[in-house]
Amino acid sequence: MRLLRLFAVFFRVSLLNEAAYRVNFFVQLFQSLLELGTALAGLAVVFSYTSSLGGWTPDEMLALVGVFFLVGGIIALIIQPGMSALIDAVRDGTLDFTLTKPEDAQLLVSIQRVAVWSLIDLLMGLGVLAAALVRLGERIGPGQVLGFLGMLAAGSVIVYSFWLILASLSFWFVRVENLLEIFRSMYEAGRWPISLYPGWLRFALTFVVPVAFATTIPAEALTGRLGAATLLGSVAAALALFLLARLILRLGLRRYSGASA
Amino acid sequence: MGKYFRHLLDLYVQQFKTTFASMVQYRASLIIWTVSAVLEPLVYIIVWSTVSNGSGGSVGGYTARGFAAYYIALMIVNQATYTWIMYEYEYRVRQGYLSFALLRPVHPIHSDIADNLSSKLITLPLVLGVAAVLALFFHPAAGLQFWAALAFIPALVLAFFVRFLIEWTLALAAFWTTRVGAINQVYFVLMLFLSGQIAPLTLFPSWLQAAAFVLPFRWMLGFPVELLLGRLSPRQALEGLGMQAVWLGLSLLLIRFVWRRGVRVYAAVGA
Repeated sequence: MRLLRLFAVFFRVSLLNEAAYRVNFFVQLFQSLLELGTALAGLAVVFSYTSSLGGWTPDEMLALVGVFFLVGGIIALIIQPGMSALIDAVRDGTLDFTLTKPEDAQLLVSIQRVAVWSLIDLLMGLGVLAAALVRLGERIGPGQVLGFLGMLAAGSVIVYSFWLILASLSFWFVRVENLLEIFRSMYEAGRWPISLYPGWLRFALTFVVPVAFATTIPAEALTGRLGAATLLGSVAAALALFLLARLILRLGLRRYSGASA
Repeated sequence: MGKYFRHLLDLYVQQFKTTFASMVQYRASLIIWTVSAVLEPLVYIIVWSTVSNGSGGSVGGYTARGFAAYYIALMIVNQATYTWIMYEYEYRVRQGYLSFALLRPVHPIHSDIADNLSSKLITLPLVLGVAAVLALFFHPAAGLQFWAALAFIPALVLAFFVRFLIEWTLALAAFWTTRVGAINQVYFVLMLFLSGQIAPLTLFPSWLQAAAFVLPFRWMLGFPVELLLGRLSPRQALEGLGMQAVWLGLSLLLIRFVWRRGVRVYAAVGA
């Protein structure tokens, strides 16, 4: 609960900052709508030639697009700004200001910066997801919804932990922004079901850069094509990666010597 | 006149050295660039191959191997013609760096063309390597023809200049607004659908193909690709080269008009 209260505070501060640039909201809204329109038109082109893509129907693909925008929105809203701020703070030595506050360091660095207008992407993802749910109708039972929510949470934790690990590398190396850039371009491959890709790429998008956990797996849970093994595996991976990220950040913080050094 | 061109050549050579030095410095960006360069054609090849295999082996005249050839050729043509000038200009105008370029005795577009060509020359081996690996995996197939391969060369050169001039003009939007991101995105969406990026244009409904014929986008990317793969008749090839020439003329007029007005606005801000 403390997390939520703190997040609300940081969100309000960011919102107050952004409220001065209200046109940004409309620009972001325009750009997000354009991006969504592009994604849907792309699907329309593909599905004008086929009724299912690698076993995925148009409605199921719509659900995947929803998940893609939703998770992309979460990344842009909070994960990416926070991690970029962490990298900057380590390089400039301003992390001291965060560390001296009476709160868990990981929690603070993770929510310290919020890109409020990215909320649009997140809400748009939810909207698309709702539309897909209505179209899929009775085929979605409570079990599937539960599995979906679980996989969405696990996927978000995995992506967050992955970014935190990469950002923590900045305690040892100087230019880690480049690694984040690679994640961003690989996330684009998550627009399509990972099952379309050849084995080596599927492996890379699951275990090297965890794009599959964030996009395909939640969508698969929703459309009921996920076995118990994958469900449990995702949860275990989320827990393991979270603990690892926490450990690496602690090791990094121990190395950190501040601006005066 | 001869002296002017010798100076210009000096400028191009010097820009090549500068660009080369800075790219060697930023090797990591080259790796990122390669990852996204591989990923995009790869995803399109896989998606469209799945579609064509799922509907009897061929879609709109393209087999899985036909799509592989299309997207590998598209990657090479895109590499030859793309620019990043929109991002540069926003920065230059916002930070005021354009003032230095304006003080030089040659039009600033020359150093941009030189920088663009130099970067392309340096990344060319990378692109050909990526193309070779993709070819190894996906076995591209195309009906190559000698005359079409010859016509491809002027088509590629024209595509480069039309795209460069149009994107350079678009970049000048930075003179009037600080929100060029939204403008660029509209441009990228038009490019995605009308240049043949998201799918070969023959897969689209006829009204969209008609629009693509009139607008510049196809002539900056899709046309050289189709030509190289032997998918156009000699008549279509001539029509295409003609449209490229028309758009080259139009974009030259446009750039003169927009540049003059833009520089005036910029000077006013700096005063």
